[in-house]
Amino acid sequence: MQNDTLNHILITVGVLAGLLIVAPGLIWLERRLLALWQDRYGPNRAGPFGVLVVLADTLKLFFKEDWVPPFADRKVFIIAPAIVVITALLSFVVIPFAPGLIVADLNIGLLFFLAMSSMGAYSIILGGWASNNKYALLGAMRGAAQLISYEVFMGLSLMGVVLMTGSFSLHKIVEAQQGMWFVVPQFLGFVIFLIAGIAETHRLPFDIPEAESELIAGFHSEYSGMKFGMFFVGEYLGIMLISCMVTCLFFGGWLGPGFLPPVVWFIVKMFAFIFLFILLRASLPRPRYDQLMEFGWKILLPLTLVNLVITAGWILYHEQNGFGN
Amino acid sequence: MKTIPQTTELLKLKFGESTFTEQSTRDGMATVWLPLDRLREVLAYLKTGIEHPYPLLFDMTAIDERTRQRNPHQNHHPSSDFTLVYHLFSFDRNAFIRLKVALNGEFPTVPSITKLWSNANWYEREVFDMFGIRFSGHPFLRRLLMPESWQGNPLRKEHPARATEMGPFRLFDEKQDREQAALQFKPEEWGMLTQHDDADFMFLNIGPQHPGTHGVLRIILQLDGEDIVDAVPDIGFHHRGAEKMAERQSWHTYIPYTDRIDYLGGVNNNLAYLLAVEKLAGIEVPERAQVIRVMMCELFRIASHLVWYGTFAQDLGQLSPVFYMFSDREKIFDIVEAVCGGRMHPNWFRIGGVAQDLPRGWETLVRSFVDYFPKRLREYDAMVMRNSIFKARTVGIGIFTKEEAIEWGVTGPGLRACGMDWDFRKKQPYSGYEKFDFEIPVAYNGDCYDRAVVRVEEMRQSLRIIEQCLKHMPEGNYKSTHPLATPPVKQRTMKDIETLITHFLGVSWGPVIPAGEAMSCIEATKGANSYYAISDGNTSPYRLRVRTPSFPHMQMIPYISKGYTVADLLSILGAMDYVLADIDR
Repeated sequence: MQNDTLNHILITVGVLAGLLIVAPGLIWLERRLLALWQDRYGPNRAGPFGVLVVLADTLKLFFKEDWVPPFADRKVFIIAPAIVVITALLSFVVIPFAPGLIVADLNIGLLFFLAMSSMGAYSIILGGWASNNKYALLGAMRGAAQLISYEVFMGLSLMGVVLMTGSFSLHKIVEAQQGMWFVVPQFLGFVIFLIAGIAETHRLPFDIPEAESELIAGFHSEYSGMKFGMFFVGEYLGIMLISCMVTCLFFGGWLGPGFLPPVVWFIVKMFAFIFLFILLRASLPRPRYDQLMEFGWKILLPLTLVNLVITAGWILYHEQNGFGN
Repeated sequence: MKTIPQTTELLKLKFGESTFTEQSTRDGMATVWLPLDRLREVLAYLKTGIEHPYPLLFDMTAIDERTRQRNPHQNHHPSSDFTLVYHLFSFDRNAFIRLKVALNGEFPTVPSITKLWSNANWYEREVFDMFGIRFSGHPFLRRLLMPESWQGNPLRKEHPARATEMGPFRLFDEKQDREQAALQFKPEEWGMLTQHDDADFMFLNIGPQHPGTHGVLRIILQLDGEDIVDAVPDIGFHHRGAEKMAERQSWHTYIPYTDRIDYLGGVNNNLAYLLAVEKLAGIEVPERAQVIRVMMCELFRIASHLVWYGTFAQDLGQLSPVFYMFSDREKIFDIVEAVCGGRMHPNWFRIGGVAQDLPRGWETLVRSFVDYFPKRLREYDAMVMRNSIFKARTVGIGIFTKEEAIEWGVTGPGLRACGMDWDFRKKQPYSGYEKFDFEIPVAYNGDCYDRAVVRVEEMRQSLRIIEQCLKHMPEGNYKSTHPLATPPVKQRTMKDIETLITHFLGVSWGPVIPAGEAMSCIEATKGANSYYAISDGNTSPYRLRVRTPSFPHMQMIPYISKGYTVADLLSILGAMDYVLADIDR
């Protein structure tokens, strides 16, 4: 019993520490990769390959004046960036990095993740609203609309996976992929989830709430210092989260040939998707806000529903013929 | 081509012989003086009444005549305190006409022609700002380039030309508050509603410091949600008084200032200015110098278009192309640096030719660029022009028709994107462009995408021209032997005392350009750029008017952005390819 508790604490601390090291590390990774793809050097001075730039950035952000604009709604302004980090971190609770390496194997894991990512939308709306700035307000409105609509397809696109597994537990979902990764039967679901995931993390090409050339920095225009840093880290946590989810739901989580330990397989797959996120940022322009909405409601939503119906029909057919799964 | 009746004859036939006074100018442009009370009639007739009309108000400016040294035997034109000058252009006739109106009095009033030409609005505001000439019937006559709080009218001769004549600048707290208050936008002043039905409009300040405006441009948007109801561009933050500076620089030392007008266009600016000066001085530029000039101009056209290309993609959220394009631009600058020593501001053309002969080995540099660049352009096509999101953001956005373009004074790629194959390099060739084989790229939809298509194709055509320069670079002098060519070729100064004296004076005082006036018009990177130089026989211009393409283009913003969204405004601005220094001068 005591051993179990210790184990739990170790896992929790380990996951938290891992996340808080990797998420800022992604800032370095992204800058180096973007530089590589854009024929420039990127940060290469501090430490080997410039990795210490993250430390320098963090220190800089810490030493900046903790400034709240006098016209802002003070309390909300301070709470907003915390929400994004908290919800992102909480979402990781349900992610199985390897068999047993999970903070809490909730039987509603998937729903918990969806709930948390919906909560994340509050940080954008509250942050933009509390800033009392026109650009921030426009960004927040865009963000709210974008996140809420993409939530719908995100949830629906995963229902295929849930149908095939018969469980909301991420652990069970991974185990159900022993025979075949869900990316094969649920390819449509995967594509839609990935697109919705990019929209959820509001990364290019869906960085419409903060569209630099239009809205300066969108909802976080007024933020500086560590409060800005929280938004920043929150974004990278979001990227990791979506990459983890894709890995768990469609690419068999920790499953892989035995020459590597399961957790390594998980990390390898996760990083592959993080690279994809960065590559997207390096290559695609940004659609207009209404085009994004149109794309979501007119194309993605029907596709998700079709996917759901086909999956359900397939399972029903097999059950009636006595195969079942 | 069938003979078109002379405009001046037609005018006299219509309004009577005695109404007009003709003036002969060095550039051979039809120039007529007309009385103030007939102004609107005559302009209206020229715009719509006459056969082969003049639909384009190309430029409009004024001259403060009060200190001009006149040669009474030279010209028979009315004496005046101020002269208003209208330049109209006819595409049918492929000709300009210059109309002048003599004004008397300290602060004369003139009838406005804003009802006749939409783009007259800003031109009249500029004249009001710079000269204090009022326009009756103008919808919103207030300063355009100078701040609201400015004292005096800069282009009047009594206005100081340098800071040392004005007393030290101080910005005390009260003044700062006052200046800031003056910048506050008040919708009522512009006749804008603050609400509509049950919705309040949002007034959003884009700029003067904003990542999407490429410089200190301020646009005030009246927004209903994210839809643009109206827009007010506020310009002048980049105004450096380039026209005023010309009046105290020698003809020669003004060349570097032209570099900084369209700072992406480099030597194109030099050329526009020098063509006017050379017309005044009557200098024939040797063939080699002409071809060198053409080659450098085309290199700069590509460089300028590359900056536009990259930043346009970046405005639409595509982060990478701008880096590739800037590295390509660096390759052009390597050539420019080898040839001129400078980069963005080469200051390399001279009155009568260019500063130096081409350096040894220039062919290798140019050749390697000509070989290298087409492949890159193809890559960019795949990366940007064929990208479906890029298309979604630009196709059908910011449309204007050929007629609207002409009404607003649009020239260059913007005009060619609505199906008008008008390129001054072809239609009124200068500096030997008639000898080159190239095409005028045209597109037909007049939207942001088509403007991009035209520019991309222009880069290919420029490359063709450069290749021809490379193959057929003539031998000969790089500068004219004319005594007014500045500085005169050194070789000859060592042979005879006359040339030595001319050289000495030309270098110390600067050349004395004969009295007269001349206008040049070139196809610069962004549209028609022209310099209207007036000399009263001195070492510096009496008045120099710089007509830049970006100025009328920017004026069109409210007209073409209404009904689009904030995101579309960025597409429209990006596709316009303006440079703030080119707008504000």
